[in-house]
Amino acid sequence: MIIATNVTKSFGKLKALDDVSVTCNKGECIALVGPNGSGKTTLVKTILGMVVQDSGFITFNGNNILHHWKYRDQIGYMPQTGRYPDNMTIGHVIDMMKDIRGKEAILDEELFASFDLQSLLNKRMRTLSGGTRQKVSATLAFLFSPAVLILDEPTAGLDPVASEILKEKIRKEKKKGKLVLITSHILSELDDLVTQVIYMQDGKMLFHKNIDELRSETGEEKLNRAIAHFMTKN
Amino acid sequence: MKKIIKYVMTDILRNRIVLIYTVFLFITSLSMFSLEDNVNKGLLSLLNIILIIVPLVSIIFSTIYVYNSAEFIELLVSQPLRRKSIWLSLFTGLASSLALAFLVGTGIPVLIYQANNIGFMMIAMGILLSIIFVAIAMLAAVKMRDKAKGIGAAILLWLYFTLLFDGLVLFLLFQFADYPLEKPMVGVTALNPVDLGRILILLQMDVSAMMGYTGAVFKDFFGTYTGVMVSFVAMFMWILFPLWSSTRKFNRKDL
Repeated sequence: MIIATNVTKSFGKLKALDDVSVTCNKGECIALVGPNGSGKTTLVKTILGMVVQDSGFITFNGNNILHHWKYRDQIGYMPQTGRYPDNMTIGHVIDMMKDIRGKEAILDEELFASFDLQSLLNKRMRTLSGGTRQKVSATLAFLFSPAVLILDEPTAGLDPVASEILKEKIRKEKKKGKLVLITSHILSELDDLVTQVIYMQDGKMLFHKNIDELRSETGEEKLNRAIAHFMTKN
Repeated sequence: MKKIIKYVMTDILRNRIVLIYTVFLFITSLSMFSLEDNVNKGLLSLLNIILIIVPLVSIIFSTIYVYNSAEFIELLVSQPLRRKSIWLSLFTGLASSLALAFLVGTGIPVLIYQANNIGFMMIAMGILLSIIFVAIAMLAAVKMRDKAKGIGAAILLWLYFTLLFDGLVLFLLFQFADYPLEKPMVGVTALNPVDLGRILILLQMDVSAMMGYTGAVFKDFFGTYTGVMVSFVAMFMWILFPLWSSTRKFNRKDL
């Protein structure tokens, strides 16, 4: 579904992405893991077209994303830190997104209901706490039932209840055969979710493995143990 | 694209600064006309407002607005929208609200007191200058990542177009006083939209005699139909070129 080929991106001297090639297919739930500053968010942003790569190319369903901007209506994106116009209320933001996406999309308001955003509808974005912002971001990402979900640190800043709701929702969407891409460095929470792991370090992709493969290779059941095993070996 | 323009416009209107700017223009324009017993004198004072205040407010407000919309832009870029249409909608929203503010604030008083060629030329120039400086501001804002730097650049650009450019031209004129520079001067004027606006208005007012021999050359060129057309084209280039350049830059910008 998403194929990135030899993508390279530098910010000044820093190589944020160094010759990264990834293939993501339907029905997979991929964990993008790696230490801080390893290029996870940059990779996600290049897939979304928010960051333009220096070389290499990315295709979505066979179309180069540089020329086919329409592909983004099949992606739900939850940013790491949701930044929204300060003087808009939650209601405004959600209405605006609905307006922009058009009427064709089937609305999925499950998260809207379970996060109880209805009661916060008139709150301005600048007055929101980090956690509530994350709830808004999550709601927007799932709202248009997209075929691909890209979640950048989805549970950071969420309280345990909300985080459980979100994980349950991700599980549900995964069962529907959607492609889910999650970046995180809290590995323990991904244990029962992911089917594949991409490990990045210093802008390079070190491996892309099936989780069972990874488990049998390292002999560890827990994901964070398995990754740690790999990190110490390198 | 229409949808984004709608959101930009409502946001600008909610901002109130443009509203205050409109009221300010309205009050000053009215008082200029009522303070002077001669309508022409009122127009001359108003001319200075158009040539200095309008570019200043347009460029500073637009630059700050673009920086403050960083979140809004970021949100839109991850949506199924073309980058070009996001940027052009932002431009359209800013340009039309500032032009509208000028049209209401200065246009109405001018039309009440001076509904003739001079008045119309003045309104046209004010609107064009508003739009030109929005385009320049957006170019400055897309080039600089840092907000303080961007606003600083906007202020410097305004200084350059309203003050420094004339100083430079005067300096050149004095340095090369022995050469016949009157004709090249006409060309040099096209390099500054504020000067173009000033000359077009002054020539309508028939005070070009005050500008000496250069004024006569200007009158020969700008007084004709082709001259006016050429200067309008030059002013449109001042909108199109910065806008084209900033759109190109925005298309490849990392957010």
